[in-house]
Amino acid sequence: MKARIHVFLKEGVLDPQGKAVASALKTLGFQEVVSVRQGKFFDIETGPVSKSEAEDRLKAYCTKLLSNPVIENYRVEVVEP
Amino acid sequence: MKVAVVQFWGSNCDHDAEQWSSRLFGLDTEIAWFRDRDLHGADLVILPGGFSYGDYLRCGAMAARTPVMDAVVEHARKGGLVLGICNGFQVLCEVGLLPGALLRNSGLTFLCQDVHLRCETVDSPFTRSIPENAVLRIPIAHGDGNYFTDAETLKRLKGEDRIAFRYVDPKGEIDPDWNVNGSLDAIAGILSEGRNVLGMMPHPERASEALMGSADGAVILESAIETLETAHA
Repeated sequence: MKARIHVFLKEGVLDPQGKAVASALKTLGFQEVVSVRQGKFFDIETGPVSKSEAEDRLKAYCTKLLSNPVIENYRVEVVEP
Repeated sequence: MKVAVVQFWGSNCDHDAEQWSSRLFGLDTEIAWFRDRDLHGADLVILPGGFSYGDYLRCGAMAARTPVMDAVVEHARKGGLVLGICNGFQVLCEVGLLPGALLRNSGLTFLCQDVHLRCETVDSPFTRSIPENAVLRIPIAHGDGNYFTDAETLKRLKGEDRIAFRYVDPKGEIDPDWNVNGSLDAIAGILSEGRNVLGMMPHPERASEALMGSADGAVILESAIETLETAHA
């Protein structure tokens, strides 16, 4: 399967990098920018995983390693079963 | 009394911590490799500073999932002493022995400078010998030292007297200008529920002899030694 997992900061968690990016965009003339929140994504390729199991497996990747529940949320997406 | 300093790939204060313990205090000290499954019978475990696994994914995340950390968690659950310094603090949060997380410094820059710490509780194995209201001058060196936790956990930390150190001005007053990394409530170090685990961003091992510019950090290891000696007596 091919999957993409997004990991991003929870609402209310300070994101100094996002803030710096927002201010850089404004400096470049993009005055309409109000705020930026920076996150990351992981493109993952695995061996065969049954369709019924796929989502649970991907969520387990997140809870075991890819995200820190104190500060981050995640979203999983199967790109190619 | 035995001390183990855990070494991960990318630790860079492991030998500083080992020297702190063995040379300065004459303690029987061993380095525990991250693949070890035991802690060589240590009474005190130090997770040193550095950049384990290059801070890949999140600071401390990879180190928290190494075999040696199972042994550290078990040691802590049994009431054993664990001191996490800088990256060690980040690892303790990632492994769940301490609540919260260390985010990027609010000013985004890496900070390498002396800070002033107010000891907020002497009720812990690591702070018991610190004089009341003492202000310690100890250096920091980190890019991710901005302590964060949710409001409920913060309330609990306060209610249970588990905030060990706060960043303050040289006179010991809280001042946003001296909370250099933007930590929530100026928190520089916290204790576990059992009070036997301390995580702190500043480096006491770098300020334990006059030669280093400050000897204020020595009292943290002195406290731990006193705790262990009392327990063994």
